Amino acid sequence: MSATPMRESYDVVVIGAGPAGLAAAATVSEAGLSTLLLDENAGPGGQVWRAITSTPVTQRDHLGVDYWAGADLVEAVRSSSAEIIQRATVWSLDRHLEVGVSVGGASSLVKSRRVILATGALERPFPIPGWTLPGVMTAGAAQTMLKSSGLVPDGPTVIAGQGPLLWLLAAQILRLGGRIDRILDTTERRNYLAALPHAFAFMTSPYFAKGFAMMREVRAKVPVVTGVSELAAAGDGQLATVTYVSGSRRETIPAELLLLHQGVVPNVNLAMASGIEHRWDDLQLCWSPVLDRDCNTSVEGIAVAGDGAGIGGAGAAVVRGRIAARAAVEALAPAAAAKVAPMATFRASLAQAERGRNFLDTLFRPAPQFRIPTGDTIVCRCEEVTAKDILDVVAIGATGPNQLKAYRRTGMGPCQGRLCGLTVTELMARARDKTPQEIGYYRLRAPVKPITLAELAAVPKTAADVEAVVRG
Amino acid sequence: MFKRSDQESRQSVHIVVDGVTVEAREGDTVSAALLVCGRDVRRATAVSGAPRLPYCMMGVCFDCLVTIDGVGNRQGCLVLVADGMQIEIQMGKREIDR
Repeated sequence: MSATPMRESYDVVVIGAGPAGLAAAATVSEAGLSTLLLDENAGPGGQVWRAITSTPVTQRDHLGVDYWAGADLVEAVRSSSAEIIQRATVWSLDRHLEVGVSVGGASSLVKSRRVILATGALERPFPIPGWTLPGVMTAGAAQTMLKSSGLVPDGPTVIAGQGPLLWLLAAQILRLGGRIDRILDTTERRNYLAALPHAFAFMTSPYFAKGFAMMREVRAKVPVVTGVSELAAAGDGQLATVTYVSGSRRETIPAELLLLHQGVVPNVNLAMASGIEHRWDDLQLCWSPVLDRDCNTSVEGIAVAGDGAGIGGAGAAVVRGRIAARAAVEALAPAAAAKVAPMATFRASLAQAERGRNFLDTLFRPAPQFRIPTGDTIVCRCEEVTAKDILDVVAIGATGPNQLKAYRRTGMGPCQGRLCGLTVTELMARARDKTPQEIGYYRLRAPVKPITLAELAAVPKTAADVEAVVRG
Repeated sequence: MFKRSDQESRQSVHIVVDGVTVEAREGDTVSAALLVCGRDVRRATAVSGAPRLPYCMMGVCFDCLVTIDGVGNRQGCLVLVADGMQIEIQMGKREIDR
């Protein structure tokens, strides 16, 4: 592992060391291409396999087999010729395949012949009243702490939301001796019916048996309330209570920690800022890059693999990483493509890995009231802009997220729209009676992560760079 | 809010939070170490001064912003603790030169 990139240019730069990025980097470097793998975390694994090389959780069955499945791939990349840089924040990628990366407070620009984006997913915003209170976190946040530091909740804890990750997290917390007082399941009852046509594929997928075993394990120890249709967190400067409605029952329970989860969505910031065309996905309710069969985007030389290309889970991410990698090898060193398994093999594995996904997407499609808030509920956490603020601005003429910025700075804080973008698009679409596709998204630009002006100014520059901006 | 699992066997390190020495473990992020230390580690937002704690722990929400070794606006969830690290809970905006 090195501190800054050792070369000025590489055949392939892979961004993100989760399942897709690790698979891509292993595949292209094994084919003999010079490879740079950049990752923001302290160690490889992404979110699914977070801290796989350093977790203090020694009892392997506590984290589960799907977690440890990443170990071989990490080993494959580490023993390959790929250069791996951890704690590297990529803040820019342009059409010329130049990557701006910050490591240890200093930035450099790296050139590449192909780029594979494997920036993964983040949790879908869950904008309920009180979601900015200290003590309200994402389920993923709790899982991150559990994997990397062995931390588990020990005060009154409520988990609310829906989806496979919620049950996995609950099971892991219980196995490690943590506390969960109640699970509030927000899955809409009508989704069960809608998902029925996809049930056969799901029941014959690996998700099925694992999912049900986990739900049984959790239900044996924690009271679960289903059909939750309203949810609010409250407290004075700190979470104190959670209020929910299920059927005709409304209840308020004390809580010190509320963990929210309603699925994950592609982390699009870097892909969008590099000019890659995205489209609204009406089933997954998010933006996904427009891709060909080989994961290539609308920008020549840039591919997107993994959950950043649309949510498919870790298994599919690994295969998509290999597909993008094989396409890169075919383009840059056709003779070396024989060292990589044929595309047809990967495509068959992908179909297998994606089996059951439609069922999950349909069953766990989040309800409108948990995606599109009203009144004083905060939408933009950074700039502290409420749903009512946004609707007021629509009423006086703002047409989309980019006009909204000029009125309210929504999406212009440090998170750059990651925690409000989807909410803003859907909120404005509903208010203006348009589709999310028609409303569009924030126009994202580099730097996609904040860096200081001093760091930007210190980036090494050529005589041509200086000449381009100096007068006379 | 959080406790350590009894499987914990990583080496202990000491960080200083607003002048008070606090125990953490090697491999903890700053945010994780703060959340488990038992002290009030809520920051105040730059816009309204509202209290916040980390929300995502994966580098996207920026609610973990904290001053580390004199440098403000660091994402505490992406920085690992080190022995002797000086942490200040950030109240409001980052200050110039910090």
